[in-house]
Amino acid sequence: MAVRVVRRHELTFWEKIYIPQILCGLKITFTHFFRNLFLHTAHLVGRFKNVPASVTIQYPEELRPLMSRFRSRHRLTLREDHTPRCVGCMLCETVCPAKCITIVPAEHPDPNIEKYPIRFDIDLGVCVYCGYCVEVCPEDAIRMDTGILDVAAYSREAMRLDIHELMDPGLRKPVSRCNLKFPHKCGLNGGEMKGSWDAPRP
Amino acid sequence: MPKLSIDGREVSVRDGTTVIQAAEKLGIFVPRYCYHPGLSIAGNCRICLVEVEKFPKLQIACNTPVTEGMVVHTNNEKAEGGRRVVLEFLLANHPLDCPVCDQSGECDLQNFYLNFGLYDPRFREQKVKKHKAVALGPHVMLDQERCILCSRCVRFTDEITKTGEFGIFNRGDHAELGIYPGSELNNRYSANVVDICPVGALTERDFRFKARVWYLSSAPTVCNGCAQGCNMDLHYVLDRPHLNDGARVVRVKPRYNPDVNQWWLCDEGRYGFGWIDRARLVKVLSRDGEVAAAWEQALAAIAGALKGGRIGVIASAQLTNEELFLIREIFWRALGAQVSASVPVKPGSCDDFLIQADKNPNTFGATLLGLAGPDAPTAAQIVDEALAGDLDVLWVMDHDLVELFGEEKVRGLSEKVGLFVFSGTNENATVPLAHWVLPSAAYVEKDGTFVNFKGRVQRIGRAFPPLQDSREDWRILLELAGKLGLPLDWQSPEKIFLALAKAAPPFEGLSYEAIGAQGVRVAVAP
Repeated sequence: MAVRVVRRHELTFWEKIYIPQILCGLKITFTHFFRNLFLHTAHLVGRFKNVPASVTIQYPEELRPLMSRFRSRHRLTLREDHTPRCVGCMLCETVCPAKCITIVPAEHPDPNIEKYPIRFDIDLGVCVYCGYCVEVCPEDAIRMDTGILDVAAYSREAMRLDIHELMDPGLRKPVSRCNLKFPHKCGLNGGEMKGSWDAPRP
Repeated sequence: MPKLSIDGREVSVRDGTTVIQAAEKLGIFVPRYCYHPGLSIAGNCRICLVEVEKFPKLQIACNTPVTEGMVVHTNNEKAEGGRRVVLEFLLANHPLDCPVCDQSGECDLQNFYLNFGLYDPRFREQKVKKHKAVALGPHVMLDQERCILCSRCVRFTDEITKTGEFGIFNRGDHAELGIYPGSELNNRYSANVVDICPVGALTERDFRFKARVWYLSSAPTVCNGCAQGCNMDLHYVLDRPHLNDGARVVRVKPRYNPDVNQWWLCDEGRYGFGWIDRARLVKVLSRDGEVAAAWEQALAAIAGALKGGRIGVIASAQLTNEELFLIREIFWRALGAQVSASVPVKPGSCDDFLIQADKNPNTFGATLLGLAGPDAPTAAQIVDEALAGDLDVLWVMDHDLVELFGEEKVRGLSEKVGLFVFSGTNENATVPLAHWVLPSAAYVEKDGTFVNFKGRVQRIGRAFPPLQDSREDWRILLELAGKLGLPLDWQSPEKIFLALAKAAPPFEGLSYEAIGAQGVRVAVAP
């Protein structure tokens, strides 16, 4: 490969004496500062409304509006009886390029629904938010429309969402109790099966 | 010998051959649902349509006998157009189950639709509803909606097992597959109907929802369930431990071998793989209870005791020829031990088709190597000698002596014998009584050969590495030979087999290449 020598930009005398460049920078800062100070004050008294002033969003109290097609944290959509719509076809697990989805399917008691997931985990520490899982789902059972962006945890384990958090996006770790009425495996009971189809469903 | 041309290529075949068989001979694949080479010809699915010149209409390749000078086109516009329409009819009532269907990924409806279907569906009516998820027997699940009524399963139970459980009931688009009232699909070859079912109508209950088929890797091997040595493909998953509770082997499918099992496999062999992932020995254990010891330490201790001791070895007909040969060279020839692979056989069931009463895959191999048969000592003799205090070292491979001779005797062995070594794959009642326990690899975790009851040498192949600390028996034996200072410097089962072929006359001139995928007969008739 040919070597291309890139010469460094030599400082001119004007740049070398330092102070004028500092003043140039400060000029930009103060221009914005006084412009915004003036405009925000003017807006308060109802003047210059047509000239926009710069805006700061007070995150996390205030959230920026998201595009409707923005890909945020996943959720599992539900049937009317509060069981997941997922039929456990594992296409999302297959298509996932990061291999962050873990599904264990089982027999559903309703013969019209062949199978359903007894375990559905997504490891957000591994997920690349590509949205293929949403794209591939034949049942519209997984969506990335919760609007949750602030996924953070103190351990890798806590980055793993299980079926509770995926079915109810309002839940935040630590999830305190297992309230799903259908048989499933989740982190709350050490991966053991919990719930029953016999129990009255909500 | 009529001569005909298929897709512009000439072929001459025997009289009475059908077009589909002649095409097969040329390597031309004609789509089929109802045609199966092992069953009679039904000619009801109509998907194998081909154009034969001078015939007014398209003909079905499976039931058209060849004639002299026939000119056949299997994949021109007309033939494919006909097949496309046939497929459209077959799929008219087929449910959109693909995402939840276990056959998905190896389904001929999917394959042929993508190969030459690709039409826009015109069926606007209601699909006919039938029964779904009907358990027909211990191994097979039926979904009537997915069935395309090819009748392969009906013919299988009528012609191969001759049990006749299946029938097709009702007429028109209400025709449905089922079993006769009051019967159950529980013959000993029942799961073969799942293999021959071209769609997802018949699926395995054991495999149900365990994995999607595209997760599976496949390795050719031989069944170790009995002396027949049926050829099979082992389907396993290594990279998704959450499936199937972490077990690696998911299912087994028969592999075609015209001289052994043809297309079939018995249910006993098909569902006999559980032990490969369950209750395995994975650590070297020493006699001081459950202490996990290192291989190096164990082999050094055992080699020390072997030198100059009186030794008895109860080998197993579950071991490969290579391993039995090493046992013969090391224990019998070099150390002068009593070696036997003839162990009192538990009475097994058998029939006149595939299932053999001898449940060991390599009894004939052991006999050829002189470790079993009339001239070899029996395991009972060795146990008696050990109980009489005539042996210093007893090495048991794989067998559960407690089950064979009773716990009292084995407890006696454990006290009488100076060193009681057990090497094997799985936990059993003998393990806690042994002084050293060496975990060995399951047969699918190692390479080697078995000889079936007809004297056919077949290679078992290695599907995946041994579990945790377990090692292949041939590796254990070679390392032991090294510790004993014996000049055996083979590095692999292939090299051992070459040496075996030189040393044992029945195997003369054989090598892994000569054995190939389908095996060969040894020089001696049984």
